[in-house]
Amino acid sequence: MAINWFKYSSPSSFYPLAGKMIPVFMTLAIVLIMGGLYWGFFETPDVLSDQKQYYRIIYVHVASAWMAMWLYVVMVAWAVLGLIFNTRMSYMMASATAITGAIMTALSLWTGAFWGQTSWGTWWDWDPRMTSQLILLFLYIGYIALQSAIEDNRRSDRASAVLAMVGLAIVPVIYYSINCPDPNECASLHQESSLKRVESNILIAMLVVTAGFWMYCFAVILMRVRNIILLRESHTQWVERLEVKK
Amino acid sequence: MTLSVNQLQCSRGDICLFEGLTFELTAGQLIWLEGKNGSGKTTLLRSLCGLFLPDAGTIKWKGELTRSTEDTFYKDLFYLGHQNALKLDLNPVENLQVLSRLAGESVSEEQADEALSRFGLSGYEETPVRKLSQGQQRRVALSRLLLSKASLLILDEPFVALDAAAVELLQSVIVTQVEQGGMAILTTHQALPIPEEKLIRVSLDRYV
Amino acid sequence: MFDSFLALLKRDLLLALRRRSDIFTVLFFFIIVVSIFPLGISFEKAVLQKIAPGVVWVAALLASTLALERIFANDYADGTLEQMLLTPQPLSVLVFAKTLAHWLLTGLPLVLIAPLAGLQYHLSASTIGTLMLVLLIGTPILSMIGAIGAALTLGLRGGGILVSLLVLPLYIPVLVYGSGAIEAAMQGDVSLQPYYLLLLAFLLLALVFTPLATAASLRISVE
Repeated sequence: MAINWFKYSSPSSFYPLAGKMIPVFMTLAIVLIMGGLYWGFFETPDVLSDQKQYYRIIYVHVASAWMAMWLYVVMVAWAVLGLIFNTRMSYMMASATAITGAIMTALSLWTGAFWGQTSWGTWWDWDPRMTSQLILLFLYIGYIALQSAIEDNRRSDRASAVLAMVGLAIVPVIYYSINCPDPNECASLHQESSLKRVESNILIAMLVVTAGFWMYCFAVILMRVRNIILLRESHTQWVERLEVKK
Repeated sequence: MTLSVNQLQCSRGDICLFEGLTFELTAGQLIWLEGKNGSGKTTLLRSLCGLFLPDAGTIKWKGELTRSTEDTFYKDLFYLGHQNALKLDLNPVENLQVLSRLAGESVSEEQADEALSRFGLSGYEETPVRKLSQGQQRRVALSRLLLSKASLLILDEPFVALDAAAVELLQSVIVTQVEQGGMAILTTHQALPIPEEKLIRVSLDRYV
Repeated sequence: MFDSFLALLKRDLLLALRRRSDIFTVLFFFIIVVSIFPLGISFEKAVLQKIAPGVVWVAALLASTLALERIFANDYADGTLEQMLLTPQPLSVLVFAKTLAHWLLTGLPLVLIAPLAGLQYHLSASTIGTLMLVLLIGTPILSMIGAIGAALTLGLRGGGILVSLLVLPLYIPVLVYGSGAIEAAMQGDVSLQPYYLLLLAFLLLALVFTPLATAASLRISVE
């Protein structure tokens, strides 16, 4: 079955569709996050290697850190779609994604600080992962700042899309330089994934919470994009009809 | 050699300036673009040059989309907007030479001097543009017309800040270019001494 | 094409020559930033040597971002930029000419003044050599990445501070390996080659891709 995707690239047809999708994603998010957190809090061991109960913040921390990175890619993907097809809807999705991404990044830094304080006795450490996360936050902030500095929507959409693409192109280099500041010592970038060491119960709970976070992010991004649509299209007839109906 | 515009639509911010704009311009013709303030005259000229991306519609030069054949289109195009595109710290001759070299043409000092003197600027060749008056600066910018080999002139309010003598000179320069088989699009409030059959009036007020 | 490139390069250098103060503000900014760190931290030789690589590079980063706004701002204001967009030449070539001119006027002076900073921080002659070399490779990268930011923020209110927000995070790789190389040079027994190779790789990538990105950004901003 062929679906005309471009039909949904117009704000007037995407707005009601998003409205229908939000409750679905929100319900899924609540179910998955509650389920995952229940499993994580009550069905997993009390001690993770040498870390005690407080390690359970991992369920929020890891999920938000992953979302922070993925949402950046999602944002760039929307921006690229916008530049290629010149569809306003894509740019609106990109800017809605940016804010959720920035919030996720901040959340992961915040929960990370709590975890660090309880396990290492320090709020902040310049370890490569935390540093990369901080830089990611700066990239999000740059994107949002550029977008809000330009008043003309069309220019702000396209300029911030270019910035996002440039950012994505440089991100691997930034990560490499943070992970490996001394090129004499690490010739290759093979970091042992810590996922393999995690006990399977904890891993399952973590993945379920992450799936829940995905659903939550979809829901709030759609809510945000509906607001953006209303703001930008406030002068059009279909928005006026919307107001009459209410 | 034609410039054909088909179903062009442009908007600024949320406001649609004009839509469904269609016209054609062939060698020896001149378009006089009319419209109220804010009707989108400048936006239209800029989108014809490719500086502004229209919402819809096509612009073709010699049968090809200008978007996809920019390098050949720009060889034939001369555009002068509200700004003079002059460097205040350079003198008029240097300005003319740099601008024509950027466009891939070369202009000797004598040619530049001659163009400047036709616009009444002899004696100012070595003066930094900073020290010239508004009208003189505009004349420096316009003297590029005499040096350009372009066949399509797009001029945004070219007569602003000029005195009566310069207005007359500029009119005759444009008319000569058009009569020699060039074409021009301009916005102005002056009347142009051009026979009606060669003059196309396009009013943007009708396309809102 | 090459003729237009040269014409633009020559014009920008000539303009800078007629307003020399612009070159010196960036240079003095760099010298002042480098000089106030010891006042705030310590005059001890060991401490100064320890912080020297980072301080010199951060000062170079700040000086470079400070100068960015000027790359396109004047051409944008007087309409020359529009004319550049309307030439038959590829815009990226013209952009490259402007970026090169900008580096010659703001980056190269920093490289040449760097030995002074080296003396202030008690660096050995060979370390100063490394310092100059990495600045020579690194500062063009800063100018080229910065040009994208300058093009994106063209004509915006508060563009100067905004552009630093955009480009400073993107400067990190240059900062890390630039100061890493100087540190390695001070240790003496470490090979410097990997640092040079990495920085040169960044330079090549920047040469290939940034003029295109800057040209695209200019088209968006001029509209």
